[in-house]
Amino acid sequence: METGDGAAVFDDTALVNLARDGDTSAFEQLVSRYERKIYRLARHITDSESDAEDVLQETFLKAYGHLDGFQGNSKFYTWLVRIAVNESLMKLRKRKSGRTVSLDEPSDNGDEPLVREVAVWEGNPEEQYSNEELRSILEKAIQSLKPAFRTVFVLRDVEELSTEETAAALDLSIPAVKSRLLRARLELRERLTRIFRKKGDDVLAYL
Amino acid sequence: MLTCKEFLQELNEYLDETIDAGLRKQLETHITECPNCWVIFDTSKKTIQVYKGMEPQSVPKDVEERLMLALQKKMAAKCGKVKT
Ligand SMILES: [Zn+2]
Repeated sequence: METGDGAAVFDDTALVNLARDGDTSAFEQLVSRYERKIYRLARHITDSESDAEDVLQETFLKAYGHLDGFQGNSKFYTWLVRIAVNESLMKLRKRKSGRTVSLDEPSDNGDEPLVREVAVWEGNPEEQYSNEELRSILEKAIQSLKPAFRTVFVLRDVEELSTEETAAALDLSIPAVKSRLLRARLELRERLTRIFRKKGDDVLAYL
Repeated sequence: MLTCKEFLQELNEYLDETIDAGLRKQLETHITECPNCWVIFDTSKKTIQVYKGMEPQSVPKDVEERLMLALQKKMAAKCGKVKT
Protein backbone atom coordinates (compact mmCIF):
# COMPACT_ATOMS: atom_id res chain seq x y z
CA MET A 1 0.00 0.00 0.00
CA GLU A 2 1.20 3.50 -0.79
CA THR A 3 0.04 6.77 0.64
CA GLY A 4 -0.34 9.83 -1.53
CA ASP A 5 3.12 11.11 -0.69
CA GLY A 6 4.76 7.86 -1.67
CA ALA A 7 5.62 6.63 1.83
CA ALA A 8 4.95 2.94 2.27
CA VAL A 9 2.27 2.03 4.79
CA PHE A 10 2.74 -1.39 6.31
CA ASP A 11 -0.04 -3.45 7.74
CA ASP A 12 0.22 -4.75 11.28
CA THR A 13 1.56 -8.17 10.37
CA ALA A 14 4.35 -6.67 8.29
CA LEU A 15 5.27 -4.30 11.11
CA VAL A 16 5.25 -7.14 13.64
CA ASN A 17 7.58 -9.15 11.42
CA LEU A 18 9.93 -6.20 11.02
CA ALA A 19 9.89 -5.54 14.75
CA ARG A 20 10.64 -9.19 15.43
CA ASP A 21 13.69 -8.87 13.22
CA GLY A 22 14.91 -6.02 15.36
CA ASP A 23 13.43 -3.02 13.58
CA THR A 24 12.53 -0.85 16.57
CA SER A 25 10.92 1.87 14.48
CA ALA A 26 8.46 -0.69 13.17
CA PHE A 27 7.33 -1.37 16.71
CA GLU A 28 7.11 2.35 17.38
CA GLN A 29 4.74 2.64 14.44
CA LEU A 30 2.53 -0.01 16.01
CA VAL A 31 2.61 1.93 19.25
CA SER A 32 1.54 5.15 17.60
CA ARG A 33 -1.15 3.29 15.73
CA TYR A 34 -2.80 1.87 18.86
CA GLU A 35 -1.69 3.85 21.92
CA ARG A 36 -4.79 6.05 21.91
CA LYS A 37 -7.17 3.12 21.85
CA ILE A 38 -5.24 1.16 24.46
CA TYR A 39 -5.06 4.19 26.74
CA ARG A 40 -8.77 4.81 26.35
CA LEU A 41 -9.56 1.17 27.07
CA ALA A 42 -7.40 1.21 30.19
CA ARG A 43 -9.02 4.41 31.41
CA HIS A 44 -12.47 3.00 30.84
CA ILE A 45 -11.79 -0.18 32.76
CA THR A 46 -9.67 1.19 35.60
CA ASP A 47 -11.34 4.60 35.88
CA SER A 48 -7.98 6.03 36.90
CA GLU A 49 -5.47 8.04 34.90
CA SER A 50 -2.45 6.81 36.76
CA ASP A 51 -3.52 3.17 36.52
CA ALA A 52 -4.24 3.71 32.85
CA GLU A 53 -0.74 5.01 32.30
CA ASP A 54 0.74 1.94 33.99
CA VAL A 55 -1.47 -0.31 31.89
CA LEU A 56 -0.45 1.49 28.71
CA GLN A 57 3.23 0.98 29.47
CA GLU A 58 2.88 -2.59 30.63
CA THR A 59 0.85 -3.51 27.58
CA PHE A 60 3.38 -2.31 25.04
CA LEU A 61 6.37 -3.52 27.06
CA LYS A 62 4.84 -6.98 27.35
CA ALA A 63 3.83 -7.02 23.72
CA TYR A 64 7.36 -6.11 22.71
CA GLY A 65 8.82 -8.71 25.04
CA HIS A 66 6.53 -11.41 23.70
CA LEU A 67 6.54 -10.63 20.00
CA ASP A 68 7.95 -14.07 19.33
CA GLY A 69 4.95 -15.59 21.04
CA PHE A 70 2.50 -13.70 18.87
CA GLN A 71 1.20 -16.27 16.43
CA GLY A 72 -0.34 -14.06 13.85
CA ASN A 73 -3.50 -16.15 13.78
CA SER A 74 -5.27 -13.42 15.70
CA LYS A 75 -5.19 -9.76 14.87
CA PHE A 76 -2.35 -7.84 16.49
CA TYR A 77 -4.83 -5.34 17.87
CA THR A 78 -6.96 -8.06 19.48
CA TRP A 79 -3.83 -9.51 21.02
CA LEU A 80 -2.89 -6.09 22.43
CA VAL A 81 -6.40 -5.66 23.80
CA ARG A 82 -6.15 -8.97 25.63
CA ILE A 83 -2.92 -7.89 27.29
CA ALA A 84 -4.39 -4.49 28.17
CA VAL A 85 -7.57 -6.03 29.59
CA ASN A 86 -5.56 -8.39 31.80
CA GLU A 87 -3.39 -5.58 33.08
CA SER A 88 -6.42 -3.39 33.72
CA LEU A 89 -8.27 -6.11 35.60
CA MET A 90 -5.20 -6.72 37.73
CA LYS A 91 -5.21 -3.05 38.67
CA LEU A 92 -8.88 -3.20 39.56
CA ARG A 93 -8.47 -6.32 41.65
CA LYS A 94 -5.55 -4.80 43.48
CA ARG A 95 -7.61 -1.72 44.30
CA LYS A 96 -10.64 -3.71 45.29
CA SER A 97 -8.81 -6.20 47.46
CA GLY A 98 -10.25 -6.13 50.92
CA ARG A 99 -13.63 -5.28 49.51
CA THR A 100 -16.21 -7.80 48.54
CA VAL A 101 -16.71 -6.51 45.02
CA SER A 102 -16.09 -9.30 42.60
CA LEU A 103 -15.49 -8.74 38.97
CA ASP A 104 -16.50 -12.21 37.98
CA GLU A 105 -19.82 -12.49 39.67
CA PRO A 106 -21.80 -9.30 39.66
CA SER A 107 -24.46 -9.30 42.32
CA ASP A 108 -27.26 -9.66 39.89
CA ASN A 109 -30.57 -8.33 41.06
CA GLY A 110 -32.53 -10.25 38.51
CA ASP A 111 -35.78 -8.64 39.52
CA GLU A 112 -34.59 -5.11 39.14
CA PRO A 113 -36.36 -3.60 36.14
CA LEU A 114 -33.96 -2.90 33.34
CA VAL A 115 -36.14 -0.26 31.78
CA ARG A 116 -37.62 2.66 33.64
CA GLU A 117 -37.24 5.74 31.48
CA VAL A 118 -39.06 5.54 28.22
CA ALA A 119 -38.78 8.81 26.35
CA VAL A 120 -37.58 9.82 22.91
CA TRP A 121 -34.41 11.83 22.62
CA GLU A 122 -34.22 15.45 21.69
CA GLY A 123 -32.62 15.37 18.25
CA ASN A 124 -29.12 14.06 17.84
CA PRO A 125 -26.81 14.40 20.88
CA GLU A 126 -23.86 14.88 18.54
CA GLU A 127 -25.49 18.09 17.35
CA GLN A 128 -26.79 19.23 20.72
CA TYR A 129 -23.55 19.08 22.63
CA SER A 130 -19.95 20.02 22.04
CA ASN A 131 -17.53 17.13 21.59
CA GLU A 132 -16.10 17.80 25.00
CA GLU A 133 -19.45 17.91 26.77
CA LEU A 134 -20.62 14.78 25.04
CA ARG A 135 -17.42 12.93 25.86
CA SER A 136 -17.74 13.79 29.51
CA ILE A 137 -21.40 12.71 29.60
CA LEU A 138 -20.56 9.40 27.92
CA GLU A 139 -17.59 8.66 30.16
CA LYS A 140 -19.48 9.43 33.34
CA ALA A 141 -22.23 7.09 32.21
CA ILE A 142 -19.73 4.28 31.57
CA GLN A 143 -18.15 4.76 34.98
CA SER A 144 -21.54 4.38 36.62
CA LEU A 145 -21.67 0.75 35.47
CA LYS A 146 -20.22 -2.03 37.57
CA PRO A 147 -16.84 -3.25 36.28
CA ALA A 148 -18.30 -6.56 35.14
CA PHE A 149 -20.72 -4.77 32.86
CA ARG A 150 -18.58 -1.88 31.74
CA THR A 151 -15.69 -4.08 30.60
CA VAL A 152 -18.03 -6.03 28.35
CA PHE A 153 -19.64 -2.88 26.99
CA VAL A 154 -16.30 -1.17 26.37
CA LEU A 155 -14.92 -4.15 24.47
CA ARG A 156 -18.04 -4.75 22.40
CA ASP A 157 -19.43 -1.30 21.71
CA VAL A 158 -16.48 1.05 22.11
CA GLU A 159 -13.55 -1.02 20.89
CA GLU A 160 -15.84 -3.01 18.62
CA LEU A 161 -14.56 -6.50 19.34
CA SER A 162 -16.79 -9.40 18.37
CA THR A 163 -18.73 -11.36 20.98
CA GLU A 164 -16.23 -14.21 20.62
CA GLU A 165 -13.20 -11.94 20.98
CA THR A 166 -14.75 -10.30 24.04
CA ALA A 167 -15.49 -13.68 25.60
CA ALA A 168 -11.90 -14.78 25.00
CA ALA A 169 -10.40 -11.56 26.35
CA LEU A 170 -12.45 -11.70 29.54
CA ASP A 171 -12.51 -15.46 30.00
CA LEU A 172 -16.28 -15.45 29.91
CA SER A 173 -18.78 -17.68 28.18
CA ILE A 174 -20.56 -16.30 25.16
CA PRO A 175 -23.97 -16.26 26.91
CA ALA A 176 -22.40 -14.33 29.81
CA VAL A 177 -21.02 -11.73 27.38
CA LYS A 178 -24.41 -11.40 25.75
CA SER A 179 -26.38 -11.01 28.94
CA ARG A 180 -23.91 -8.53 30.41
CA LEU A 181 -23.91 -6.56 27.21
CA LEU A 182 -27.69 -6.30 27.20
CA ARG A 183 -27.68 -5.17 30.79
CA ALA A 184 -24.95 -2.60 30.14
CA ARG A 185 -26.62 -1.23 27.05
CA LEU A 186 -29.95 -0.86 28.82
CA GLU A 187 -28.37 0.81 31.83
CA LEU A 188 -26.51 3.28 29.66
CA ARG A 189 -29.64 3.92 27.62
CA GLU A 190 -31.37 4.70 30.89
CA ARG A 191 -28.73 7.18 32.02
CA LEU A 192 -28.42 8.88 28.68
CA THR A 193 -32.19 9.14 28.33
CA ARG A 194 -32.30 11.13 31.55
CA ILE A 195 -29.96 13.64 29.90
CA PHE A 196 -31.03 13.54 26.27
CA ARG A 197 -34.76 13.10 26.59
CA LYS A 198 -37.02 15.51 24.82
CA LYS A 199 -38.13 18.10 27.31
CA GLY A 200 -41.81 17.77 28.07
CA ASP A 201 -42.05 14.30 26.63
CA ASP A 202 -44.00 12.14 29.00
CA VAL A 203 -42.24 9.33 30.72
CA LEU A 204 -44.48 6.43 30.00
CA ALA A 205 -44.76 3.69 32.51
CA TYR A 206 -43.18 0.57 31.19
CA LEU A 207 -45.35 -2.44 31.83
CA MET B 1 -47.47 -11.58 19.21
CA LEU B 2 -44.32 -11.23 21.28
CA THR B 3 -44.54 -9.86 24.78
CA CYS B 4 -42.47 -6.82 25.71
CA LYS B 5 -40.32 -9.03 27.90
CA GLU B 6 -39.58 -11.35 24.99
CA PHE B 7 -38.82 -8.33 22.85
CA LEU B 8 -36.27 -7.10 25.39
CA GLN B 9 -34.61 -10.50 25.53
CA GLU B 10 -33.98 -10.40 21.80
CA LEU B 11 -33.05 -6.72 21.70
CA ASN B 12 -29.29 -7.29 21.56
CA GLU B 13 -29.41 -9.56 18.56
CA TYR B 14 -31.86 -7.25 16.90
CA LEU B 15 -29.58 -4.25 17.44
CA ASP B 16 -26.56 -6.19 16.19
CA GLU B 17 -28.53 -7.52 13.25
CA THR B 18 -27.50 -11.06 14.08
CA ILE B 19 -31.04 -12.31 14.29
CA ASP B 20 -32.71 -14.78 11.96
CA ALA B 21 -35.27 -13.48 9.50
CA GLY B 22 -38.33 -15.03 11.12
CA LEU B 23 -37.73 -13.63 14.58
CA ARG B 24 -36.74 -10.33 13.07
CA LYS B 25 -40.13 -10.02 11.42
CA GLN B 26 -41.81 -10.61 14.77
CA LEU B 27 -39.69 -7.94 16.43
CA GLU B 28 -40.43 -5.50 13.65
CA THR B 29 -44.12 -6.16 14.06
CA HIS B 30 -43.83 -5.67 17.79
CA ILE B 31 -42.29 -2.21 17.54
CA THR B 32 -44.86 -1.00 15.07
CA GLU B 33 -47.55 -1.95 17.57
CA CYS B 34 -45.84 -1.12 20.84
CA PRO B 35 -44.62 2.49 21.18
CA ASN B 36 -42.72 1.76 24.38
CA CYS B 37 -40.59 -0.91 22.80
CA TRP B 38 -40.05 1.28 19.75
CA VAL B 39 -38.63 4.01 22.01
CA ILE B 40 -36.44 1.50 23.83
CA PHE B 41 -35.16 0.14 20.56
CA ASP B 42 -34.55 3.59 19.10
CA THR B 43 -32.78 5.01 22.16
CA SER B 44 -30.69 1.85 22.62
CA LYS B 45 -29.59 2.10 19.02
CA LYS B 46 -28.67 5.75 19.53
CA THR B 47 -26.81 4.89 22.74
CA ILE B 48 -24.60 2.45 20.87
CA GLN B 49 -24.13 4.83 17.95
CA VAL B 50 -23.07 7.70 20.11
CA TYR B 51 -20.40 5.55 21.78
CA LYS B 52 -19.18 4.14 18.50
CA GLY B 53 -18.85 7.67 17.16
CA MET B 54 -16.51 8.69 19.96
CA GLU B 55 -12.97 9.09 18.65
CA PRO B 56 -10.16 8.19 21.05
CA GLN B 57 -8.34 11.24 22.33
CA SER B 58 -4.60 11.68 22.05
CA VAL B 59 -2.52 10.25 24.84
CA PRO B 60 -1.28 13.15 27.02
CA LYS B 61 2.19 14.26 25.95
CA ASP B 62 3.92 13.45 29.23
CA VAL B 63 2.30 10.01 29.38
CA GLU B 64 3.45 9.29 25.86
CA GLU B 65 6.98 10.48 26.60
CA ARG B 66 7.27 8.16 29.57
CA LEU B 67 5.93 5.30 27.48
CA MET B 68 8.48 5.85 24.72
CA LEU B 69 11.26 6.16 27.27
CA ALA B 70 10.33 2.88 28.92
CA LEU B 71 10.12 1.20 25.52
CA GLN B 72 13.48 2.47 24.37
CA LYS B 73 15.03 1.15 27.54
CA LYS B 74 13.47 -2.24 26.91
CA MET B 75 14.48 -2.24 23.26
CA ALA B 76 18.07 -1.39 24.14
CA ALA B 77 18.13 -4.19 26.68
CA LYS B 78 16.72 -6.66 24.16
CA CYS B 79 19.38 -5.77 21.60
CA GLY B 80 21.99 -6.21 24.29
CA LYS B 81 23.56 -2.92 23.43
CA VAL B 82 22.79 0.72 23.95
CA LYS B 83 22.90 2.85 20.86
CA THR B 84 25.12 5.89 21.25
ZN1 LIG C 1 -43.47 -3.86 23.76
